[in-house]
Amino acid sequence: MGLRSFIDKIKPNFEQGGKYAKFHSTFEAFETFLYTPNRVTSNGAHIRNYVDMKRNMIYVVIALIPCFLFGTWNIGYQHFLSFGESVTFWQIIGYGLLKIIPLYLVSYIVGLVIEFTFAEIRHEEVNEGYFVTGFLIPLIMPVDVPLWMLALAVAFAVIIGKEVFGGSGMNVVNPALLARAFLFFSYPSKMTGDSVWIAEKADAYSGATPLGTIFNGGSVNDLPSLMDMFVGTIPGSVGETSKIAILIGGIFLIITGVSSLRIIISTFIGAIAMSLLISDVPFYYHLLMGGFMFGTFFMATDPVTAAQTNIGKWIYGFLIGTIAILIRVANPGYPEGMMLAILLMNVFAPLIDWCVVACNIHKRKKRWAAAERRTR
Amino acid sequence: MDKIKIRKGLDIRLAGEPSKHLESFEPTSCALKPTDFIGVTPKMHVEEGDEVKAGSVLFHNKNRENIVFTSPISGTVKAIVRGEKRAILRVVIESDGKNESIDFGASGAETVTRGEIIDKMVSSGVWTMLRQRPFATIANPADNPKHIFISMFDTAPLAPDNGYIIENQSDEFNAGIKVLSKLTDGNVYINVRKDALQADVVRRVPTWPENVVVTEFSGPHPAGNVGTQINALSPINKGEVVWYCYPQDVITIGKLFLTGRYDSTRIIAMTGAAMHNPHYYKTKIGADISPILDIEENSRVISGNVLTGTNITDDKHLCFHDSQVTVIHEGNQYKLFGWLLPVFKRFTDTNTNGDRRPYIMTGEFERVFPFDIYPMQLIKACLIKDIDQMEELGIYEVDAEDFALCEVIDPSKTPIQQIIREGLEFIRKETS
Repeated sequence: MGLRSFIDKIKPNFEQGGKYAKFHSTFEAFETFLYTPNRVTSNGAHIRNYVDMKRNMIYVVIALIPCFLFGTWNIGYQHFLSFGESVTFWQIIGYGLLKIIPLYLVSYIVGLVIEFTFAEIRHEEVNEGYFVTGFLIPLIMPVDVPLWMLALAVAFAVIIGKEVFGGSGMNVVNPALLARAFLFFSYPSKMTGDSVWIAEKADAYSGATPLGTIFNGGSVNDLPSLMDMFVGTIPGSVGETSKIAILIGGIFLIITGVSSLRIIISTFIGAIAMSLLISDVPFYYHLLMGGFMFGTFFMATDPVTAAQTNIGKWIYGFLIGTIAILIRVANPGYPEGMMLAILLMNVFAPLIDWCVVACNIHKRKKRWAAAERRTR
Repeated sequence: MDKIKIRKGLDIRLAGEPSKHLESFEPTSCALKPTDFIGVTPKMHVEEGDEVKAGSVLFHNKNRENIVFTSPISGTVKAIVRGEKRAILRVVIESDGKNESIDFGASGAETVTRGEIIDKMVSSGVWTMLRQRPFATIANPADNPKHIFISMFDTAPLAPDNGYIIENQSDEFNAGIKVLSKLTDGNVYINVRKDALQADVVRRVPTWPENVVVTEFSGPHPAGNVGTQINALSPINKGEVVWYCYPQDVITIGKLFLTGRYDSTRIIAMTGAAMHNPHYYKTKIGADISPILDIEENSRVISGNVLTGTNITDDKHLCFHDSQVTVIHEGNQYKLFGWLLPVFKRFTDTNTNGDRRPYIMTGEFERVFPFDIYPMQLIKACLIKDIDQMEELGIYEVDAEDFALCEVIDPSKTPIQQIIREGLEFIRKETS
């Protein structure tokens, strides 16, 4: 095993007192990326499940790959469609890759440099969380977002959204959504409207998303067919358009136990209930439009920022669904409400949990009191 | 008979199930380890070279002086092994092969009084088998426990079959139960599993006192943990104390009253994938098991099961409460891209399968934790040592072993049992 013995040879340099001790966390991140450590259990249970954070995170990335692939194709497809050109499949993919690779490079380079730096400062191991965040961020951006803006958003989300709280697991709101919200409020012209969703589109071509159409007073008849919205051949953020791709990844995450079925079901229930209540657009359009599905399967279910208790998850998801539709229908400012609904509920999730746990405590104290009365 | 079904949990299947074949093993030395008992600081009564019999006092607990710990066999005190800060790790007795024991006097289990029971159990050292919840310390003879719980079955990985173990000892078991039933004004709960031989043992005895309650449990591990059963039958409220012990302890107690002697015989299951020919042995408490360890290279010897047991690879002496030895392979190998590879066998060796991380995943513990308690919240309360919060979240209803499955499945690889134990110890020391 040449690689292993090479690592063992250079390892002392990165230990305390070694030449490159400053880069201990970085070295460890790469070492554990290549090899799972030979560490054995030292206290408590002698065996441990095979699932660790790396595996959980890689599952999420795997689940996002269908969205990534379809998104890449759709970037090219929408671009050439706006010009009315007919091109080959590989031209479409080629164009898509040309657009999406820079987004990923910026997202990962900026994010990981910050992550590694913080890990070194804190003398901690590098957390795997950013692999997911970094993969998500380009998928929820308009394709033509300027790279410097993306870099700024990533830096803001990672530093202010996560690291100041102590890193992955300590953050209050979803960092990927925070990156999007940052741009949404700082540079609205680049984040909404009819012109941002198709890469270098022909000027004459309308690039409105279904939500945009409805927002500007359009009716259901002006929308693409349900089938197009389901398959995803519509303008929109890079990864959000294909509901098929989202479902493939989403179901994979449910099967592997990474995302909570409770949150997904209750978000759907909330959204359906609210659209039946207040919206002129049939509820199934709401489910297919915009970022609802992507947000439900990949953002609302983020375990760190969601409610942690099982009952809390039902409440949390239900409120995300209802608020998202409420914003879509009743808010005069923005066509889409999913991002804001999730961010809002991220903030309220600890309160929901607090109430749920308080009920448990109340029940216990009542039992204590009853026991005390009996002995008296 | 009431029936209770435990719905949450996880049965971990490992290779190395013991075959139902019993062999006698007379140990050449036995050890008593103060570290097997929570909150015990030993004060020695013997020195190296002293002659002892089964039942002779080896040391007492400085923190509660009337609790004495006695020799499981007759022989010579061979070594008093000390560790850091000269703390006593174990007292090793070399057997003289005579099996002599001190006579504490036989007395009928029917007629003996509560005071006599306590005196005899305490002076013979058998009392140390009775433990209490909360805190899992040795029971305090001055307490009157709310109930006494005996779990007749063990659902831990590769656990011995208690029905098989007590098959031919129902008289002793019966006597032990009668004695225990006088120690509480509440009930003695005997919790059995439906499909096992043990239900048979229970059925064969028609003459139990009125306060003995038999309940049938089903479901995955930790259904066999006494903590799970306490929670299902009568959860502990703040200020309450319950006692518990294991079926073989009941037999030892029964024998003490039938014969007047401390008989430390234990039937143990030698189990595990790294153990050749796993089966049952009849031996003594604290036995040095090295002669019967036919094991593979690079393996770990655990007294107890893989969830809560103690690593005895170095000293090879059974721990006091254990009737199982598990030997599994050490997982001290690097695996290329091990975090990415598909997994066909969930549990094989002792590798941690990952590094410690902050808590990120949620709802995982709840799948294997059959208590009306929020596990993550309680763990965090223990970490910040907030006594009020720990109490409110139900710390008195649990012990570290109840969290063993959480620890096993935890993707953040945190030492959960240690966290809970430290939380419990913090409360115990603050409130005593």
